[in-house]
Amino acid sequence: MSYANLFDIAGMGMNAQSVRLNTVASNLANAQSAASSVNQVYRARHPVFTAVQQSAMQQMAGWDIGADSEQQGAGVEVSGIVESEAPLEKRYEPGHPLADKDGYVVYPNVNVVEEMADMISASRSFQINVEMLQSAKTMAQRLLALGQ
Amino acid sequence: MAISFQSALGIHEQALYLRSQRSEVLGNNLANVDTPNFKARDVDFSSLLDQATAQAKTSTDSLRRTDARHLRLGSTAGDDGLLYITPSQPSIDGNTVEEHQEMARFAKNSMDFEASLYFLNSKFKGLQTAISGQ
Repeated sequence: MSYANLFDIAGMGMNAQSVRLNTVASNLANAQSAASSVNQVYRARHPVFTAVQQSAMQQMAGWDIGADSEQQGAGVEVSGIVESEAPLEKRYEPGHPLADKDGYVVYPNVNVVEEMADMISASRSFQINVEMLQSAKTMAQRLLALGQ
Repeated sequence: MAISFQSALGIHEQALYLRSQRSEVLGNNLANVDTPNFKARDVDFSSLLDQATAQAKTSTDSLRRTDARHLRLGSTAGDDGLLYITPSQPSIDGNTVEEHQEMARFAKNSMDFEASLYFLNSKFKGLQTAISGQ
């Protein structure tokens, strides 16, 4: 029955968007976490979304796989979280406790403006998934009341 | 059987099923709104409905597939009726989902589902009246 799938899809969408919101929160919280070397400093993180194919899901659940449904998508997942390659910021702050011997500290490559825009986009997409779930719920409830 | 549900309920049974299938396809588009290189998909509803009604008419003597590797009768294998949506404003990451249009399609599909449900309910009410004879 396709309703179970619709609920799953909405759930996966919400999950993916909440992971994205989490990375945004982590990036913003660590925007000013300075470190003394390039290797130790925090780098901005971003999730990578990929579409889930239905056949993969059905194989996992051990269902009958129809030749007709192999290309049909069945949700979204976070396939990984990558660290940003953007250049790090080096500032001359000799008074900083983490400054290296030349007086420099390294700041993360978090672009706060970009993160804020990303946050709005993620929460809007989350909202879309919630609306989809509500719609699916209404449809399922009406279907259960069929013939009464 | 004197009363066959298939002939009593008419086209609405298939329509309801296809509406629920389409809601899944559109829901998948909405879930993948931020997935790079995802291509939005949709179905051609009227052609699928034609196909489903034609199949329902001949379903009494058609063969039932019990394995995924069995050949299908009627339509070609791999033809699931899914088409790609042409975006009006393609985005730079290769994603062709347009949220506003998908939301509109999804909402309309839900309304059409309700309509099919309403028709089915009326059919059942009619049958009940006929059975009770009042």
